[in-house]
Amino acid sequence: MSPNPQLDRQGRLQHLLTIDGLPARIITQILDRAQAFHESGADARKLPIMAGKSVFNLFFEPSTRTRTTFEIAAKRLSADVINLNVASSSQSKGETLLDTVDNLSAMHADMFVVRHAESGAAHMIARHVAPGVHVVNAGDGRHAHPTQALLDMYTIRHFKGAFENLRVAIIGDVMHSRVARSQIHALTTLKVPEVRIIGPKTLIPRDVESLGVHVHHDMNEGLRDVDVVIMLRLQNERMNGALLPSREEYFKYYGLTPDKLAVARPDAIVMHPGPMNRGVEIDSAVADGPQSVILSQVTFGIFVRMAAMAILAENT
Amino acid sequence: MNILIHDGRLVDATQALDRIGDLYVADGRIVSLDLAPAGFVADQRIDASGCVVAPGLVDLSARLREPGFEYLATLESEMQAAVVGGVTSLACPPDTDPTLDEPGLVEMLKYRAQSLNQCRVYPVGALTVGLKGERLTEMAELRDAGCVGFSQATVPIADTQVLARALAYAATFGFCVWLQPQDAYLGRGGFAHDGEVATRLGLAAVPVTAETIAIATILLLMRDTGARVHLCRISSAAGLEMVRAARVEGLPVTCDVDIHHLHLSEMDIGWFDSNCHLNPPLRSLRDRDALRRGAVTGLVDAICSDHSPVDEDTKQVPFAESEVGATGLELLLPLTLKWGREAGLGLGDTLARVTCHPARILGIGGGTLNIGVPADICVFDPALEWPVQPASLVSQGKNTPFVGYTLQGRVLHTLVDGKVVFQR
Repeated sequence: MSPNPQLDRQGRLQHLLTIDGLPARIITQILDRAQAFHESGADARKLPIMAGKSVFNLFFEPSTRTRTTFEIAAKRLSADVINLNVASSSQSKGETLLDTVDNLSAMHADMFVVRHAESGAAHMIARHVAPGVHVVNAGDGRHAHPTQALLDMYTIRHFKGAFENLRVAIIGDVMHSRVARSQIHALTTLKVPEVRIIGPKTLIPRDVESLGVHVHHDMNEGLRDVDVVIMLRLQNERMNGALLPSREEYFKYYGLTPDKLAVARPDAIVMHPGPMNRGVEIDSAVADGPQSVILSQVTFGIFVRMAAMAILAENT
Repeated sequence: MNILIHDGRLVDATQALDRIGDLYVADGRIVSLDLAPAGFVADQRIDASGCVVAPGLVDLSARLREPGFEYLATLESEMQAAVVGGVTSLACPPDTDPTLDEPGLVEMLKYRAQSLNQCRVYPVGALTVGLKGERLTEMAELRDAGCVGFSQATVPIADTQVLARALAYAATFGFCVWLQPQDAYLGRGGFAHDGEVATRLGLAAVPVTAETIAIATILLLMRDTGARVHLCRISSAAGLEMVRAARVEGLPVTCDVDIHHLHLSEMDIGWFDSNCHLNPPLRSLRDRDALRRGAVTGLVDAICSDHSPVDEDTKQVPFAESEVGATGLELLLPLTLKWGREAGLGLGDTLARVTCHPARILGIGGGTLNIGVPADICVFDPALEWPVQPASLVSQGKNTPFVGYTLQGRVLHTLVDGKVVFQR
């Protein structure tokens, strides 16, 4: 495989595109920086780290939460933030992706935060931009969503302390999930000894064991004695068709209910990248229950995105 | 016009020829491989010392993009690329716009090609009208217009009844049907081999079963109809194994692989290299190794370029949105030589995969240095290394996964019909 396109020759982070191939030291550096922001109460005041820098939120796919948390994070670092909903502007007029990027670069962008419906879009933009301009992947197709995985790792570290003794289960539509792919790489890089994925065969990609996970099709078996339960969102368009017969059957066999959660360790935490489909992949009693850390994930997401952007800005 | 190609290494598998010698061309034909015929006076002498003198290459699949896609390439540019690559005969698939489904279009293409006076062009006609998989084309008329076979290019026939009837009709006249085996549904929406790399990169995938199920269907229908079939672009070990079993059974089936699948695998996609967006997709290392072995044993009859020039801009987009295909005419010879060297195969046997074997599938003469045949000849320096860069390619298509490779073997002279159509 080609050399890691995210790092410069000194091994410093230049772009954040995927967790795949990202060294553990960089993941830990981001988590530590996020923790420093968290502990110093950086949510209350602005830091001058990115003063005078422009961050372009380039969303080719609609998103509210991710875009908002990136915007908040950039503003707390004193960056100027420009939000572009590209889906509704130039792309519909036939401009190519790289032309859009060129035009925005000419407006002196220092950083692009990119979301796109196709796998590999962020890599392509990163190959194209001038040196010193950073690209953060905010989700590309089914491929990667690195900041989501990093905030999930932050959450796990916050509640569990360390990674080396954990059993983690990821449940649901792994096939179509960029979140799951990034989580798997993060967990294995941080030396979690047992990562399980659970779902029906139609939602598990082929040869996924090559990523270092164990596959289960039965919730009772897969959830037994796990420390961390990560639910994935099931998109509406997958629910009725040739992948799954119905949301009711999916919920019955793969929805997280208090009964199913009972086989996990009593102190297991429950996570979800959001937005949740209550009654499809997760029961409200679990989502709102004492083991749920779902809202903490959202809060931590801002510190983690601040950390990633700060480190990139300092590596210019 | 008399031409003497002297002191070259004459290599021709059809007559187990591999020695230093002189080749004499008169009136467009090879007249001697030995001594000058009586009264022979050379109008042109080509010094081939240190070079191989071989039959011109025969490529089973090269898209010239005419008619319809002249913005991607033209007959002029691509036929020039062919002779620069030592290719003297090529078959072009029918997926032009309009598709090659009417005799007039085929005649026009042949006429345009002939008037350019470069390599020979053998159109493969459409098997169904518009490649839609619904109505049969006038195959006999198309044959009379110059088609050497009938194909669906890369468009599978979803309706098995239509496929069965197309094969039966073709068998009536003894026509060969060229099919790229792919199930109409299993690979739908997919861009990469269903395996480790597609899973890692989150690319929608094409499973091996898309190929093997199609091969199974084709083989069963061959038994039923007696049709002759050439399977294009086999990509998997499992598919090749089915071809082997069918051969043992005695079915008249042949197959080819392209230069990309002979050398590359899913791993070469790296971080979304859209130059590796090909159809069929690059498969696993195990599959690639099986294809390489199959080409050595002869189970794979021919190696082709699957030349598909595309516009540079259409590759500068995310992998799944990028145009399928790569340029290949100028890489066919060096990549075949590379495979042959790595497999420990003699030069004659290596070249047979791109000369006499594909010529046999096309049902044309050529692919040999026999006395009396039209002088379609390729003179190349087997040791000359050259870097593959967009600027070093004549084809209008500049995209190839082999950009940045240094390849060995470069064509210095190409003759078609006894005329020098290219010299470096």
